[in-house]
Amino acid sequence: MIIDTANHIAALAAKMAKPAVIAAYPITPQTTIVEKLAQYVENGELNAQYIRVESEHSAMAACIGAAATGVRTFTATSSHGLLLMHEMVHWAALARLPIVMVNVNRAIGPGWNIWSDSNDSMGQRDTGWIQIYASSNQEVYDSIIQAYKIAEHSDVMLPVMVAYDGFILSHTSMPVDVPEQSKIDEFLPEFKSLWKLDIENPVTHGNIIMPSDYMDVRYSMNEAMKKAKKVIEEVGEEYGKKFGRSYGLIEEYMTEDADYVIIATAAIAAEAKEAVKKLREKGKKAGLARLRVFRPMPYELLKYDKMIVIDRAVSVGLGGVLYNELRWMGDVYGFIAGLGGKDVGYADIVRMYELAEKGKEGWYGIEVK
Amino acid sequence: MVAIPKLPEEEYLLKGNAACPGCPATIALRTALKALGKKTMLIVPASCSAVIQSLVPKTSFAVPTLNIAFAASAAAASGVAAALKMLGKDDITPVVWAGDGGSYDIGIQALSGALERGENFIYICYNNQMYSNTGIQRSGATPYGAWTTTTWTGKREMQKELAEIVLAHHPPYVATASIAYPDDLYDKVKKAKEMKGPRYIEILTPCPPGWRFDMSKTVELARLAVQTGAWVLYEAINGKIEFTSYSKMLLKGKKERKPIEEYLKLQGRFRHLTEEDVKKIKESIDEKWKHYMELYEE
Repeated sequence: MIIDTANHIAALAAKMAKPAVIAAYPITPQTTIVEKLAQYVENGELNAQYIRVESEHSAMAACIGAAATGVRTFTATSSHGLLLMHEMVHWAALARLPIVMVNVNRAIGPGWNIWSDSNDSMGQRDTGWIQIYASSNQEVYDSIIQAYKIAEHSDVMLPVMVAYDGFILSHTSMPVDVPEQSKIDEFLPEFKSLWKLDIENPVTHGNIIMPSDYMDVRYSMNEAMKKAKKVIEEVGEEYGKKFGRSYGLIEEYMTEDADYVIIATAAIAAEAKEAVKKLREKGKKAGLARLRVFRPMPYELLKYDKMIVIDRAVSVGLGGVLYNELRWMGDVYGFIAGLGGKDVGYADIVRMYELAEKGKEGWYGIEVK
Repeated sequence: MVAIPKLPEEEYLLKGNAACPGCPATIALRTALKALGKKTMLIVPASCSAVIQSLVPKTSFAVPTLNIAFAASAAAASGVAAALKMLGKDDITPVVWAGDGGSYDIGIQALSGALERGENFIYICYNNQMYSNTGIQRSGATPYGAWTTTTWTGKREMQKELAEIVLAHHPPYVATASIAYPDDLYDKVKKAKEMKGPRYIEILTPCPPGWRFDMSKTVELARLAVQTGAWVLYEAINGKIEFTSYSKMLLKGKKERKPIEEYLKLQGRFRHLTEEDVKKIKESIDEKWKHYMELYEE
């Protein structure tokens, strides 16, 4: 058991996954990840090439080049870094490269805001990346290890993003159980790429593709994303057997008899658990389904009569991102809250629950209070 | 047909590719790949060469090739080089094959970063002085006065000198070359291949549809560019510039620079030039050579 910040835990997990190439560019609040990794490489704890690129666009391009040459890669970013990288985020997924990236969720400017907000990563929802949202430092560690196993699975071969809240997790120390390296090695064997640049088999990757073939490629990505649901569950279960902590696509809490089930991700979901306890104390049958995986969207597991969706991301002109992805499922109430790091405590979530009971929804603290 | 005895017979740019007739990029790539050989991985950003490769599932490149986004080639090559090092395969050379758009303009940040980091790869810019793949638009390499589809009345600015910008990063090897001097081009690529670190080679590739000349005159235009001094052939090992081939003879006074008009008049893109424009171009070339002469005398 060690006590450290999510960023240092992320760097440790990345190190223990043994990537051969790391390419990253510092950005608040991700910075302490890349600093720590540079230390690991320079003091010899991690045998890897660390490319100190000049931008995030180049960070992902370098990971693509390295992964295409057949090695395991890692990068980390946040907010504007992820946005600058966006073109290559698409490219990595379409090239079917199992790159693992941490995104420390942070708001987008202007004005400059370094606090938590999911618009950066949720804005990447159509890129073909698997997205895992962690609610604790332990989960940050466990999810990064699992991310490689999921990404590199032959049914998947898609990149994985592990996201968590800036500062709320990134700079907050929590106790984390870290398995021995040998056990991690057993769980996560050496990377064997399904395709790579090879002088003995000189294939051209990514040249011009005609419409019907292109559509086949997109279809195969979507199929891989569907298969990833099973793979994520299997990997989460295997991890549980080995290390005592199992993971799935969602985490349910008191949903069996719930009148309303709160749907949330990341740190707000951790806070929502407290809110559910308080609501139960008040005699209200509240439940929580924490969405651990946002892509692929496990909507088939969210079979609840009434849902309250809390979004820390907004699609301007439409509303909460998650809310709008789930509202077709029935009686769904949406709240936009916590943008740009605005505090969302359990009392706020209790309040949202009570507003939803009255049929209210909207921008929490502005439209509804 | 002129035979060039030193070029190996192996072909890594295959026949039946999708290049335009008279395309200089294929002449350049064919020669470069002969020097590079089998142990080469190409990284190609958006450019005419992305088209020349042919359509999925076919290819005309007989070395493994990674296509990459426009701005990303030097960074992707950095990743390939890092992976090769970790795999103990650094006898394989990652080679970026990019146009002037991907090098002078949108890709210059990634190129500068990779040069400064000392990445172990070769970057070859085939410079046709415009964005040819999208249909002849102005680039940072387009010379003063040239018509393009975004400078209908002629570009009003001078081109930048990317090789000199690259030199300012202190890479071990920088060279300029021309498709009209394939032996010189071959030697330079070969020399670069034997070295480590970031190596940069820029090849002037006159484009028939873009420069508006007959497709039979590609090599002639390339030769005139060198003979008039509009394009110079040199190499710089650890920053020390040495002129090569025909440019060396010009520098040493063994040959006279031909009048620039001979070069300009063959190109439709310069048809509209005024006497004033020609004078300006002439002066800029004279100025450039004056600078070279001073360097040489030092």
